[in-house]
Amino acid sequence: MSDPMKIRATLKGDIADVRVMMSHPMENGQRKDSAGNTIPHHFIQQIWVELGGKVVIQGQTGTSVSRNPVFGFKVKGAKAGDKVVVKWRDNKGETRSDEATVS
Amino acid sequence: MDMFRRTVLKGVGASGALAAALAAGALKPTQVLAAEEWNRAAFDAKDAGVALKAIGAGSAADSKDIVLKAPDIAENGAVVPVEVISNIPNTISIAVMSLKNPQPLSAAFDFANGALPEIQVRVRLAETTQVKAVVKTADGKYFTTQKEVKVTVGGCGG
Repeated sequence: MSDPMKIRATLKGDIADVRVMMSHPMENGQRKDSAGNTIPHHFIQQIWVELGGKVVIQGQTGTSVSRNPVFGFKVKGAKAGDKVVVKWRDNKGETRSDEATVS
Repeated sequence: MDMFRRTVLKGVGASGALAAALAAGALKPTQVLAAEEWNRAAFDAKDAGVALKAIGAGSAADSKDIVLKAPDIAENGAVVPVEVISNIPNTISIAVMSLKNPQPLSAAFDFANGALPEIQVRVRLAETTQVKAVVKTADGKYFTTQKEVKVTVGGCGG
């Protein structure tokens, strides 16, 4: 199981500024290990962001997103105390879900 | 394929919100660039033109209403911050591409339920390249803008 995401959701007016850092190697299938063997693909393919129980962002990512991906989003109509849920799924079928509160 | 879709829904739909959104038709695959299944054809494409066609944006028009922020020079191609803000009304999706990467399409995002059409992401750049933002509007039109980023040390191999 991968490490938890870091999620920060800051309210400015009625807009939630959501920043997420995911802990993931995002192996692009081009790197080699010390023995010269290619390290296989291992990368996040899909992400979902929910605010107050509704999906607000749905994303797809490829191998050229940096290791330990960082994303920033903004959602209008947020209020303090709203729950932010972020989920990802990678090419091996592993998933992770974490949440934070808008403040 | 259906099995795969079920797995996705089970995996992410713990709260039921995604499943509800899908059932309500809010995220119909035909309406959005980043549909519920990973767009393998687009992400595996080794040519930017092929990737653009695979996301439906084969004939995107240049637009000055897309703000694309990226550094002029990236010393480390492994982590290049890119920000895209669309000022085009009714923007529903934003995609980020790096034209000279082995696979040009980096990421694509759909917006709904109050999400503003802007994203920040960090990408790998293999070499000096045009970074391209592609915007889709609710009526199915595509717009694009691009910016050159000079890369000192490429971020793909090593």
